[in-house]
Amino acid sequence: MHAQLVSRIGQSILVLWAAFTLSFVLLQALPGDAVLIRFLGGDLGLSPEQIAELRVLYGADAPIWEQYIVSLSGFLTGNFGYSVISGTPVATEILTNLPPTLWLAGLSLAAAALLAITIALTANLTGFAPLKAALENLPSLMISVPVFWLGIVMIQMFSFQLGWVSVINPGPWEQLALPVIAIAVPIAAPLAQILLRNIEAVSRQPFVQVARAKGAAPAHVLVRHILGNALLPSLTIAGLLFGELIAGAVITETVFGLNGIGRLAERSVRFQDTAVLQAIVVISAFAFLLINLAVDLLYPLVDPRLRRDDVKGATA
Amino acid sequence: MSTAPAIPVRRIPALSGKRPPVSVILTTIILGTALAWSLAPDLFSSYSGTVGLPGNQLKSPSALHWLGTDELGRDLLARIIHGARYSLSGAFVAVAVGLIAGSAIGLVAGAAGGRTDTWLMRLVDVLLSVPTLLLSLAIIMILGFGHVQAALAVGVTAIASFARLMRSEVLTLWRTDYVEAAFGSGATFLKVLVRHVLPNALTSVLALAALQFGAAILQISTLGFLGYGAPPPTPEWGLLIAEGRNYMMIAWWLTLFPGLAVILVVMAANHLGHTLERRKA
Amino acid sequence: MTYAAPLRAPETLVPVLHLPPVVLAVENLSVAYGTTRVVDQVSFTIRAGEVVALVGESGSGKTTTAQALIGLLSGNGRVTDGAIRFDGETITAFTERQFQALRGKRIALVPQDPGSSLNPVRTIGSQVAEVFRLHTDHSPDLIRREVLSLFERVGLSQPELRYDQYPHELSGGMKQRVLIAMAIALRPDLIIADEPTSALDVTVQRRILDLIDDLRREYGTALLLVTHDLGVASDRADRVVVLQKGRIQDSGLTRDVLSAPSSPYTRQLLADAPSLAAVPKARPVIASNARTVIEVQGLEQQFRTKDRAAFTAIRDISFSVAAGTTHALVGESGSGKTTTARIVSGLLRPTFGSARIDGVEVTSLAGEALRQFRRKIQLVYQNPFQSLDPRQTVGQIIEEPLLNFSPVPAQERKARVVALAERVHLDSALLSRRPAALSGGQRQRVAIARALILEPSILVLDEAVSALDVTVQARILELLAELQRDLGLTYLFVSHDLAVVRAIADTVSVFQAGQQVEQGKVEDVFSHPSTAYTRQLIAAIPGATLTSRPKQPNA
Repeated sequence: MHAQLVSRIGQSILVLWAAFTLSFVLLQALPGDAVLIRFLGGDLGLSPEQIAELRVLYGADAPIWEQYIVSLSGFLTGNFGYSVISGTPVATEILTNLPPTLWLAGLSLAAAALLAITIALTANLTGFAPLKAALENLPSLMISVPVFWLGIVMIQMFSFQLGWVSVINPGPWEQLALPVIAIAVPIAAPLAQILLRNIEAVSRQPFVQVARAKGAAPAHVLVRHILGNALLPSLTIAGLLFGELIAGAVITETVFGLNGIGRLAERSVRFQDTAVLQAIVVISAFAFLLINLAVDLLYPLVDPRLRRDDVKGATA
Repeated sequence: MSTAPAIPVRRIPALSGKRPPVSVILTTIILGTALAWSLAPDLFSSYSGTVGLPGNQLKSPSALHWLGTDELGRDLLARIIHGARYSLSGAFVAVAVGLIAGSAIGLVAGAAGGRTDTWLMRLVDVLLSVPTLLLSLAIIMILGFGHVQAALAVGVTAIASFARLMRSEVLTLWRTDYVEAAFGSGATFLKVLVRHVLPNALTSVLALAALQFGAAILQISTLGFLGYGAPPPTPEWGLLIAEGRNYMMIAWWLTLFPGLAVILVVMAANHLGHTLERRKA
Repeated sequence: MTYAAPLRAPETLVPVLHLPPVVLAVENLSVAYGTTRVVDQVSFTIRAGEVVALVGESGSGKTTTAQALIGLLSGNGRVTDGAIRFDGETITAFTERQFQALRGKRIALVPQDPGSSLNPVRTIGSQVAEVFRLHTDHSPDLIRREVLSLFERVGLSQPELRYDQYPHELSGGMKQRVLIAMAIALRPDLIIADEPTSALDVTVQRRILDLIDDLRREYGTALLLVTHDLGVASDRADRVVVLQKGRIQDSGLTRDVLSAPSSPYTRQLLADAPSLAAVPKARPVIASNARTVIEVQGLEQQFRTKDRAAFTAIRDISFSVAAGTTHALVGESGSGKTTTARIVSGLLRPTFGSARIDGVEVTSLAGEALRQFRRKIQLVYQNPFQSLDPRQTVGQIIEEPLLNFSPVPAQERKARVVALAERVHLDSALLSRRPAALSGGQRQRVAIARALILEPSILVLDEAVSALDVTVQARILELLAELQRDLGLTYLFVSHDLAVVRAIADTVSVFQAGQQVEQGKVEDVFSHPSTAYTRQLIAAIPGATLTSRPKQPNA
């Protein structure tokens, strides 16, 4: 068990290092000289001497392997370089932008989970066939909706038409309501689909028939026997959901004009601020690997089959 | 049905020769229409997709302009029709990149096993570890903004899922009795691959391709919306929504209809994927 | 064999005047899934304390009938006609709520597959306790005591430990004991046991059936035993109902039906059941000078488990097989018989030992030499639903091995496929169909044809008839005998079913936990088993009551 854990962590570190290298190659090595791209753009009117000075300042004059070592050791110590747009350290930028994004993502995930479970349970408990059919097909609609479009349509409806959500100076919760819904809808969709599929598959298991044969009501069987088994596999898509949350944050923060990591990422692409994007990419990869590691470690806690106890006296 | 060994043979209603269900007909109509629009947009609209009619700015939907006009007096329906080719061709390129590169990786990893498998799958893990949108943003940053660049960026993000699917299919099939029987009757590695593994993996891979096609349309429209895709005045659907956003207080149709177009095509592609998936089961 | 007599319930001997009350009466019951009728006008009754067996092959409607009795028809199934009376009350039109009060309390179910019949993420104890929680208002403390005493009653060791264990920590036999504990918890009037032992090893099977028998006798519970095995029915039931395609073929006292069946179907079933064949079929005498084609010496196979520990699957296996004969490897699951067969077939390289086929050492073959060797020996798999590529046509499947060696002209290939299809009695119209369109028996014929097209001298049959219904199994065994006679084939026959082995093999090796505990000629091993394990295996063959009946007419 311990050896497995160590090797699992080792693999994660290896993948993280590879992700860093990939992002370095993509964002620093290949584009050539980010500083040149930025400052030769012309709009700043800098002299060649000033540019050379800046290049030294940003470390862009060093050979590529040296830049790699500097960059890697910087990442290991939490120094992600400087934003070429604002001139502030990337670490500072990320730290100031992280809390609002964490709030947004956390609330969205909770809303999505709630929505998905509601859909799955209602579909399985209702005796009304048309409602069941509608709920079963709802996720395929939800998964097809572009987040940015949903955000805009909701602003049109709830802010302009109905006036429920103020556009100018909204309160902190009011401000988050629409973005959370916009992110939650497409994230709830795959969750609901997985739940519906698993509930259906688990319902066909003989132990469900056995539970019914004990005299249990369908709702009791659904909640006490089926749901637990059906929820387990949805943990496996935790990593996928994380990716969706990040994408959702980029889009909604842009659409709703919120500050956060997403908007930072969007801005960095628009203005070729490679250091910022690279930091966001590597930190996301780190978070992703951490989540998957947590899921792997969590699984045995929720699924007794994965607990590696010795089988005691298993004879008939 | 009653003794233990009995294994149910599943029949697929959609394929047993009866009248196809409504959803299949709808899917075919939607995907067919989108394809026709992208191949020959001028057959479906007499208006231009890029040049506006003076004096027709921001007209709401009417008999003359079914979906209204934009701030330059361009017919919105015509723009959506002309924009179909960007969504479809982009998604096509993206899926092709993911399918070819991903399946090749998965096939080699699954069939070769051992160290090759370990290293290739770590590579896939790296691709998976970066959230899809960020990965495509990073690629766009080096390739630059544009329609093809956006499609390629989305394609790279699809590689991992194809690789994983292909590998798991190969591994599953490799363990089947009929593959062992083929080896047992003297078949060579390549013959088994071509005769049994690839044909049986095909349905799953096609199902994923259809699902990824839908996902790619969504992602390309997202990149278009953010302004990283085709530049104006291209009527790409994501860009249409981005442009309509500036008039969202006075011209709701400019954002609503392009979005509906995206939703319908994505739903149709997903439905196709799910139908293929079920067919396999 | 001596065990047979007391198994019969005494009720059948009670004079007609004192018949116990009818617990369950099924009257002209018809059940349909959608528009397909799967149970057709079925009637039978069960009296208190009585055992009635519902016997049939797959698709006979026996499980559907059992499900209808407790109102748990799956999917779109519904009762279309007839009535079910339980304890005098018509329950056919019961609401779900009324059924809930009945299930588990007055009618209990022992399901088919213990492996998947317990919730994997809840403890054993809580799942048995659930019966009490649903139907009684006992305190949690009392419930726990009740469950523990039930565990003891059904023969589970260390009840306290079991209470908090999860299903995956228990063996199949133990899980079935848990399910039986669940069924008897509230002392129901009727227990429906749906193939309660078909997923278990033979020796476990017998212990479980004995347990059910003891309990229902102790509590005076009526038992509806659903089974595909006439032998089991004969050993355990007072009366049998034989179903085929949803219709009753025979119904009556067990000894009447089995000694003088009125329907041709029951006669066929009796003739085809290997366990009931009184005298093994005559085997051709083995010529004493027959060449040895398979010679296995000191085989040992180790596997590595996930945590890298070595695990010895078989050790010190040696036997030899003469040309043109059938050697059986027999044993329960996990005994190593399949591992041995795979080594002999050249699909697995043993850790130690030698396997010579026709003088060729298989264990050292590799690459092209191994590929060429494969013409000599072919394997037929257990499950014909998994051993045929679903995307190929039957013709392509049979033809495929020919494409692996020196080219054969297309014309000749086709001719050989057609000839071989005829040889295995497969309608040549099926050659253009895909496996999904074929029945289990037809598929196994295809698998046999594929194995034969390279004209091997040896067939390894890995549980090749185990997944088939009795009547289908009998036809495939006949085909195998015919092929052996005509083509002089040597068979290595892997099976868990001693009855089948007795009927078709010449020599046998008995496996237990990776070791070969006994070997010899079939007649010798069966009439004078030298180890306790073999004796136990033989005693566990159901149907002893039936085969011994002619000698003791009034048992």
